[in-house]
Amino acid sequence: MATSEYVDDPNQRPPVIGAKEEGGAGPRRRDFLNIAAVSFAGVGAAAVVVPLVNQMNPSADVLALASIEVDLSKIAEGSGIKVAWRKQPVFVRRLTAKEVTDANAVPVSELRDPETLAQRTKPGKENWLITMAVCTHLGCVPLGVTPGENRGDFGGYFCPCHGSQYDTAGRIRKGPAPKNLQVPEYSFKSNTVVQIG
Amino acid sequence: MSFPWAENYEPKNPLMKWVDAKLPLPRLVYNAVGAGYPVPRNLNYFWNFGVLAGLALTIQIVTGIVLAMHYASNADMAFNSVEGIMRDVNAGWLLRYMHMNGASMFFIVVYIHIFRGLYYGSYKAPREMVWLLGVVIFLLMMATAFMGYVLPWGQMSFWGAQVITGFFSAIPIIGDPIHTWLLGGFAPDNAALNRFFSLHYLLPFVIAGVIVLHIWALHIPGSNNPTGVDVKGPQDTVPFHPYYTAKDGFGVGVFLIVFSVLLFFYPNYLGHPDNYIQANPLSTPAHIVPEWYFWPFYAILRAFTVNWFWIPAKLWGVLAMFSSILLLFFLPWLDNSPVRSANYRPAYRIAFWVLVVDVLVLGFIGKMPAEEPYVRIGQFAAAYYFAHFLLIVPIISMVEKTKPLPNSISESVLHGEAEEAAPIGVGSAH
Repeated sequence: MATSEYVDDPNQRPPVIGAKEEGGAGPRRRDFLNIAAVSFAGVGAAAVVVPLVNQMNPSADVLALASIEVDLSKIAEGSGIKVAWRKQPVFVRRLTAKEVTDANAVPVSELRDPETLAQRTKPGKENWLITMAVCTHLGCVPLGVTPGENRGDFGGYFCPCHGSQYDTAGRIRKGPAPKNLQVPEYSFKSNTVVQIG
Repeated sequence: MSFPWAENYEPKNPLMKWVDAKLPLPRLVYNAVGAGYPVPRNLNYFWNFGVLAGLALTIQIVTGIVLAMHYASNADMAFNSVEGIMRDVNAGWLLRYMHMNGASMFFIVVYIHIFRGLYYGSYKAPREMVWLLGVVIFLLMMATAFMGYVLPWGQMSFWGAQVITGFFSAIPIIGDPIHTWLLGGFAPDNAALNRFFSLHYLLPFVIAGVIVLHIWALHIPGSNNPTGVDVKGPQDTVPFHPYYTAKDGFGVGVFLIVFSVLLFFYPNYLGHPDNYIQANPLSTPAHIVPEWYFWPFYAILRAFTVNWFWIPAKLWGVLAMFSSILLLFFLPWLDNSPVRSANYRPAYRIAFWVLVVDVLVLGFIGKMPAEEPYVRIGQFAAAYYFAHFLLIVPIISMVEKTKPLPNSISESVLHGEAEEAAPIGVGSAH
């Protein structure tokens, strides 16, 4: 009789009453039930985590995309404005001829994030530089959109938080930021109106 | 809990006997912070700072709960509700200034507590777990303090939130989705403010829970002491109560005097005036600085200005800042010297004070704008910070010739008394 062996060894569980001897050393029905029950509870718990995590993602009202139209007629050459789009600021800047020349004079291969001014503007509108006003380092709003502000060593934008410097094409030139100022999706509705978003 | 000669809890009052039989909570308190906990008899005033940190946390929880009764965690109302607390709520100005300056006091006390541990080798075996839990508490404190600073929704609140959540966008590939997930939007707004309020209310209670574990882990080997020598017998200890409750009581008095001076005479000295301007997502203040207790870490964040190898400068800065704290988790195994107290470690003692100066320099750099010469100084100071833990301490622990240790705590104490008690000119003959 197998039972007596189990009595001597407290680490061994007693055999399941009614279990068939021919079941042998393989997993018993009870093992299967334990694993199945715990797995099922685990899957259930994991399924509950999904809404708990997902509730932190942007809600529908935050995601609701808005597009804005900007009137360009009042922006003087060499100056620019800051507009709010999706609760984030956007720079709309009208470059001077010299600023365009400066931006084109830079060898692209030397840049941290190589892009030409033409790639960052619309054809024929290279003097309109439209970028997010969000420093790609840690999200501050750089200075320099109005002529009186600090524009850094490269004449573009200067981020006051950690000293990142952008050139007149909004490209990162110095400091900790990894990328150029992001160019949002936009299109010219007419010569004086641009739609962002 | 710790030593066999600890005094035993014997309630005399029948009510206390009845309570002890049903729920031995008074026994637990007696053994933890009463006469039942034997403590080395030679602790100096640097051992007050654990109790003071507990007091600071209590002040923060009490004032925080009442402030939450008047605060509105909505981006449109938060700033005005804080102004309402300052002007309209009865004693609201006092409660808010207590909470604001209480946070600074908490960090002052905890920084001294941490450096006490570094000087006297309290992180070493057998107290590694005490140290590890302490670093966890420090991380939780930093998260709580950051989220609390966002709640008034001033300019520094908003831009601090923007910069600090921006750390996560440095993670390659998944960084931006994580950043958006943390904020519940593309920039800090109502969603972020609400979740920060929820977590700012929760985390102090988590801290209190980890403090229980911290003290529990401490009471297994018992407290360290200025000689770093192990307790050898009953002659080396005194009961926590009344000896150290009295000594801590004096420390509490000094703490409250300093706190009161700050609170009543310089309540805004450690704050930033820009935080009395309501948050404006379209305008970054010309000079963003975190609260003073984050300055050293902010300096390390800003020390990386160029890409290195294939890792961008932004990621370097964030990695360096987090690892400057995570490094502390490894300290018990980086320092292999068998001697704990720096009093008997001449080389480590110098390295310790250089580290103190280095952290103060980092703090100063973190406060200053990102300009030369501050950036360069910050780079050297940050490099030294890492060198201290990763090179200097391990090397010192291998090559240092330490001074002879006293045979026991009681011997070191009584030796001192003999010198003091002897008439002039005789003591040196001892």
